[in-house]
Amino acid sequence: MTAILPDRTETEEWTEVCRLEQVPAEGGVAALVGGEAVAIFRDHLDEVHALSNVCPFARASVLSRGIVGTRGGVPFVASPMLKQPFRLSDGVCLDDEAVRVDTWDVKVDAGVVLVGAKRTPA
Amino acid sequence: MSQRERLVVVGHGMVGHRLVQAAIERGLTERYDVVVLGEEPRAAYDRVALTSYFSATCAEELSLLPGGSYDHDAVELRLSTEVVAIDRDARTVTTRDKVCGTETTVAYDQLVLATGAAPFVPPVPGREHEGVFVYRTIEDLDAIREASHTATSGIVIGGGLLGLEAANALVQLGLQTHVVEMAPRLMPVQLDQAGGSTLVRHIEKLGVSVHTGVMTEAITADEAGRVNGLALKDAAPVEAQVVVFSAGIRPRDLLARECGLEVADRGGVLVDDQCHSSDERIWAIGECAAPAGRMYGLVAPGYDMAEVVVDALLDGPGRFTGADMSTKLKLLGVDVASFGDAFATTEGSLELVYSDAVAGVYKKLVVTEDGSRLLGGILVGDAAAYGLLRPMVSSGIPLPENPEELILPASRGGSTGSGVAALPDEAQICSCNNVSKGDIVHAVEHDGCEDVASVKKCTNAGTTCGSCVTSVKAIIEDHFAKTGREVNRALCEHFAVSRSELFEIVAIHGYRTFADVLEAHGTGRGCDICKPTVASILASQFNEHVLEGRHRGLQDTNDAFLANIQKNGTYSVVPRIPGGEVTPEGLIVIGEVARDFGLYTKITGGQRIDMFGARLEDLPLIWGRLVDAGFESGHAYGKSLRTVKSCVGSEWCRYGVQESVSMAIRLELRYRGLRSPHKLKGGVSGCARECAEARGKDFGVIATDKGWNLYVGGNGGATPAHAQLLAGDLDDETLVRYLDRFLMYYVRTADRLQRTAPWIDSLDGGLDRVKAVVVDDVLGLGSELEREMDRHVASYFDEWKATLEDPEKLSRFVSFVNAPGVPDPNISFTTERDQIRPVNHDEPVVLGSTIPVGGPR
Repeated sequence: MTAILPDRTETEEWTEVCRLEQVPAEGGVAALVGGEAVAIFRDHLDEVHALSNVCPFARASVLSRGIVGTRGGVPFVASPMLKQPFRLSDGVCLDDEAVRVDTWDVKVDAGVVLVGAKRTPA
Repeated sequence: MSQRERLVVVGHGMVGHRLVQAAIERGLTERYDVVVLGEEPRAAYDRVALTSYFSATCAEELSLLPGGSYDHDAVELRLSTEVVAIDRDARTVTTRDKVCGTETTVAYDQLVLATGAAPFVPPVPGREHEGVFVYRTIEDLDAIREASHTATSGIVIGGGLLGLEAANALVQLGLQTHVVEMAPRLMPVQLDQAGGSTLVRHIEKLGVSVHTGVMTEAITADEAGRVNGLALKDAAPVEAQVVVFSAGIRPRDLLARECGLEVADRGGVLVDDQCHSSDERIWAIGECAAPAGRMYGLVAPGYDMAEVVVDALLDGPGRFTGADMSTKLKLLGVDVASFGDAFATTEGSLELVYSDAVAGVYKKLVVTEDGSRLLGGILVGDAAAYGLLRPMVSSGIPLPENPEELILPASRGGSTGSGVAALPDEAQICSCNNVSKGDIVHAVEHDGCEDVASVKKCTNAGTTCGSCVTSVKAIIEDHFAKTGREVNRALCEHFAVSRSELFEIVAIHGYRTFADVLEAHGTGRGCDICKPTVASILASQFNEHVLEGRHRGLQDTNDAFLANIQKNGTYSVVPRIPGGEVTPEGLIVIGEVARDFGLYTKITGGQRIDMFGARLEDLPLIWGRLVDAGFESGHAYGKSLRTVKSCVGSEWCRYGVQESVSMAIRLELRYRGLRSPHKLKGGVSGCARECAEARGKDFGVIATDKGWNLYVGGNGGATPAHAQLLAGDLDDETLVRYLDRFLMYYVRTADRLQRTAPWIDSLDGGLDRVKAVVVDDVLGLGSELEREMDRHVASYFDEWKATLEDPEKLSRFVSFVNAPGVPDPNISFTTERDQIRPVNHDEPVVLGSTIPVGGPR
């Protein structure tokens, strides 16, 4: 499970999106959160990540349909359009670090996946 | 210089064509207008490959200039135009149109004679009879073919290189074939007695009767003047209805003689080392020329002369200093090579001979007196060492300590293929395209080439006759070994093996899941490269549903939702229409589905209908309608069989000779759903007109009056390739058997995303290897490959129907996991030509212009 900044959890608004088992292991699903398409992924360590579903290269809402794998042990999703790899933990493109997709806070509570606020990049 | 000059080229054969090409490539056309006068009705064609005309579907296939004209404003090609005179004072040539007889005068500033040679017909009594031919042009071959219809046997007079080619043609035409040679052996110019005898034994096995050391006394004929045989001196007469002369060629130098140019004693326009004749404005190249008095009857020296003339016209330093007359070729399926001083004429030279009469192999090396250097040699039956030996002659490098190892079979201590390491950089490896070892090493070192295919592309080495490909490969491997670089065959960071190795691993161990394969043979968790590759291998072997839980996450973009993703994240849908045959009711259903779901429709290149703009969540609804109407998945999304395109076929077409539509349907239904390293396409044409464009497909089937010709390795796309003949005149069952073997062999051994054409190229031996495995079954794999295909055919099911029947699989076809019915707001369309299209990101969004698209709810 992704670490959540403790000071934000109190006030943060969380949206229930699905049960954890609805997210395939080493795969993703798309969810609608606040009118935005968010891709929810589960990596091989069972950690859950929330990235924008829109591939910045293809400008299409498709990332949740990409293949999830590892590069040097780092979990990533390959865009189903032109295969650019995005790190699941922070949305950074592994081939071009200047490009990143938005990420959201996400947690699993009692088997339910909840998406919180959009993160601001460090 | 502002005024343009005119270069006139007389003759549009292979050499004339090369000259024009070089003139265009090297920019000579910036100063000259080029007028090419060709006597034959067609543009230059590959005369070296003339015999393949019989297996070709049309003359166009041999053409060096498909389309018949140069795509260049400064070059004009006039065909059926004979030059009848040259006026050197006026600097004009007189031409005669061979169709209407009109004479015209063409002025020149520079004139190049490339008139070639004519077959020599010795003054044998009876040579005027009907049924006597020469072997030089496509028209000659057409005439021979016509005559063969009423003949049972044929004779070739002349057992040289061309004579054996002609004999091959007669064998292909189904004639009982005889070769009559005056010299005591075949190929007297290239081979010694022992080499010639070895060749005879090979050729006789093919049913050709060889008569050496005999004189032809007369060609006999029946009362109607039609040939009925040959009378020989001191030998029994031979019966035949077709006689082909192939007793050598003579330069066509008549034009030059008539206008007073100097000619060589033995014929040919006498030219200097720049190919200049005795007139400073007239040049001669190819077989009509005699540089330093000697005529060259091969195409490679002709090409060199063409380059030299273009260079000279550009004030370059090029010189023609003689040619390597080395030859390597496959005659009637037998490898024959002759190079350097093959007859040991150098004083004190010694011969090293290896001969195996049982296997039909004869190899001879000619070395210097002290055994230090190679001078030449002859190879019959196995010419694999040619690529290594010939450069050793031209570079003069020292022989290894045990030179006999160069010609011994590998099992007896020979070292075929290796040895290139010892060659110096300037050693010429590809003589057709003049590529040195240094060029190849450079391509590997600096141009990023890693294998034979990329080196071929980069340097042209091995792209003409292919005899040097083994050496090219050895040079690449040797270079990698020297620099400590390993040829990385690893699929990705998770698997250190190649796709074909993974295929075998799965086959041997019987793994059924990616997890098992990864655990036993990989590291990490997999990625977008190895997951789909393993998924495809598993599907090829076990054909489980690709959306089965344990396979689903492995599938590439399109397979993951059994549809083709488009730029805005929507999908296109293609139902199977086998062979392109569809009923009006079927068309209506497709039309209704497209209309009801608001889809954009377009006809595909594979004779089916593509419906675009389907939202993920609509796919099951769309397919529900299609499956109900009897359609099934078209696998347009898979690396698998797409379509087998067909022409109209003999049931409707007035030209058709076989029922191409039925065959295309049969093949498409047989191979549908077969997951393969890349997409596969087929085509079936009902006659030689080839309306199905089958030779642009991975497998192409073309009807003949006796059955089907099977072609393989065709490709459209970025690197177009014509499919090559694998086997001819097959009956239906043999055709399917060969195709089963071919496809399974490809599925087993090709690299990931490697289509059939580069796969064939990458095999050691190329198409010959495919023939050996598929047709001759040298690996004894034939029945195994057929069984594997049978297993695939028996396990086929419609993926979409099965998906619709399984709620678990269907549950993934939603827009959002938490809002399954809500269309993705990121998707919008506009209209163009009365149909939807995705909104481009850079165009302003006009409110009201977008139309929501979704299924009827």
